[in-house]
Amino acid sequence: MKHTLSVSVENTPGALSRITGLFSGRAFNIESLNVAATLDPTLSHITLVTRGDEFIIEQIIKQLRRLVDVFKVVDVSEGEFVEREMSLIKVRAEEESRAEILRICDIFRCKVVDVSPKSYTLEVTGPESKLKAVIELLRPIGIKEITRTGTIAMMRERKTV
Amino acid sequence: MAKMAGKQMVVEALKREGVDVIFGFPGGAIIDVYDTLEKDGTIKHVLVRHEQGAAHAADGYARASGKVGVCIATSGPGATNTVTGIATANMDSVPMVVFTGQVPTALIGNDAFQEVDIVGITRPCTKHNYLVKDVKDLPQVLKEAFYVARSGRPGPVLIDLPKDVQNGKAEFNYPQEIKLRSYNPVIEPHGKQIERAYRLIEKAKRPVIYAGGGIIISDAYKELRALAKAMYIPVTMTLMGLGGFPGTHELSLGMLGMHGTYSANMAMANSDLIIAIGARFDDRVTGKIEAFAPLAKIIHLDIDPTSIQKNVKVDVPIVGDCKRVLKKLLDAVKDAGRPAEAWRDQHQAWLQQLDAWKKRHPLTYKEEPGVIKPQNVIEKLYEMTKGRAIITTEVGQNQMWTAQFYKFDEPRTLLTSGGLGTMGYGFPAAIGAQMAFPDKLVVDVAGDGSIQMNIQEMATAMEQRLPVKIVILNNQFLGMVRQWQELFYDRRYAATEFEMTPDFVKLAEAYGAKGFRATKPEEVDDVLSKGLEAEGLAIMEFAIAREEGVFPMVPAGKATTEMLLV
Repeated sequence: MKHTLSVSVENTPGALSRITGLFSGRAFNIESLNVAATLDPTLSHITLVTRGDEFIIEQIIKQLRRLVDVFKVVDVSEGEFVEREMSLIKVRAEEESRAEILRICDIFRCKVVDVSPKSYTLEVTGPESKLKAVIELLRPIGIKEITRTGTIAMMRERKTV
Repeated sequence: MAKMAGKQMVVEALKREGVDVIFGFPGGAIIDVYDTLEKDGTIKHVLVRHEQGAAHAADGYARASGKVGVCIATSGPGATNTVTGIATANMDSVPMVVFTGQVPTALIGNDAFQEVDIVGITRPCTKHNYLVKDVKDLPQVLKEAFYVARSGRPGPVLIDLPKDVQNGKAEFNYPQEIKLRSYNPVIEPHGKQIERAYRLIEKAKRPVIYAGGGIIISDAYKELRALAKAMYIPVTMTLMGLGGFPGTHELSLGMLGMHGTYSANMAMANSDLIIAIGARFDDRVTGKIEAFAPLAKIIHLDIDPTSIQKNVKVDVPIVGDCKRVLKKLLDAVKDAGRPAEAWRDQHQAWLQQLDAWKKRHPLTYKEEPGVIKPQNVIEKLYEMTKGRAIITTEVGQNQMWTAQFYKFDEPRTLLTSGGLGTMGYGFPAAIGAQMAFPDKLVVDVAGDGSIQMNIQEMATAMEQRLPVKIVILNNQFLGMVRQWQELFYDRRYAATEFEMTPDFVKLAEAYGAKGFRATKPEEVDDVLSKGLEAEGLAIMEFAIAREEGVFPMVPAGKATTEMLLV
């Protein structure tokens, strides 16, 4: 099962390396990893997507919590949550495909962020499934280059008071 | 407030943390701290002959005394030489602080002379580590390091000190108390879990306590004994748990696992309730995991949540300090108010069954005329020391025979590398233990293979006038691997036979120590008594039956009931 973990860590050199080292050293998987600053400059926030059965996930969470630098670990995929990923896709845009690309762009609410005579660069945001769909549609047209951010996620607020 | 140099801060912190002895080896990148130690003159420094020895000695000091062991080394090779010692301490949860010198911050990353990324290298084998880049951070780091090393599940912490940080100056505000938002080990157990545990114990007909090193680390020896006695529950121990419950007690089943007793392994396999205390269901204990304790419910007490549910499914997990948890459990037992006889009656059939197993296959060995049996040497050592010595071991057959035939009654009397299985641990650890307890008898039980891995520390022991005793069980083999080759590799003794071993008696003499050798069974007593009574460092070498094995043995990957007996 896929799990999305939200991890707050002390903003110290080596903290990220402790986490990735934990995963490689204990043969856990990392599917995607996103690290960024938070409002508190002493903390960094990591969103980590991993896979495993319930025992493996339990171990991963416990092992993360055991690290002296790790402040908080939440498995956001345990409840209702929103997740987003962003991708920049440079796609070959010849005369005959330019309109088609823009149509796909429109359907998926992507943005064109760079244009050249031979290419469009698109910005796509959404859950992983949406990115996958866009990539599959653009692939036959010709993807020249692609970068992705990895997932970020957040638990939904309770809808009732 | 006057400013203080980093090197001075290190010495000040050592004093405030109550450190009276450190083990180390100097070098260019740590020379400034050494200079300060020398000028200060209050902290005893033991100069080892190899940094691995320093790390193991600090570890032995810590295990014997319960205090934080400290060692110090220079950058580069000095630092890398401590790594085996650090990993050893990490696997066995030993509180230790390791200082390493580092090249000046401006040179870090430049492949400078004797530069190595020791913080990167030791990240997976320390509990935590620090590269101090600014002397202003040093007081906090020093305080944190000792706190992290000794609290929760203890472990080694490394502090890497660049040369300019040692010499840089800042205000020295040493924190009195420390609280870290990201590190809060759970000490007090959850009341509900205690209740749930008690309810399972109350119903169990065939309970067994499986006690590990956590008993010794948390100083829960008395509580464990009280709990077992109050409810007539038999106790088996891991290698790390030996001494955590008296080995001579009628409720003791001895050690379990790969080379455990028949009764201990049968108890686990037939139990309906396993109470695991400060143990971690290591593969050497469980054997084939699918066949492990098939009938038992499991209560697992541990301070480290990652140990729980890592290898086996647990019915009642209890996170907390073993001593605190056992106290609460004892309270629960007292509150329930059942008379002792009721517990005894409930477990009587089970205890009788265990007794029958004990009698059917006790720990034993075959005597052979004219040949010294290693088990006999350990039995005699036990008798002569009246079980009161601090015993360290190397790793392999020597370690297992010691675990089987020396009955440890007191905690912190067996120091052995259980998790990592480090050959070469025992002798430097004995040096550390002897530094902690100058008046106690400290004996390293070694093989002819492992003693040579840190034999250079003979000079250290002589220099410090430490009366450590070394028992070498010499079979001119790397015996444990040879045993595996005999049993599972058609007796192909690949690289396990020593065609050359030094004359250990002469070697002892070369260092100025005493050396004794026994080649016949009738010489064993004499050599042991001469060696144990000798003044100062002594080697007692025993030419043992060359192809003697350690039994019982559960072959790796087999169920623990599939024991090979003698």
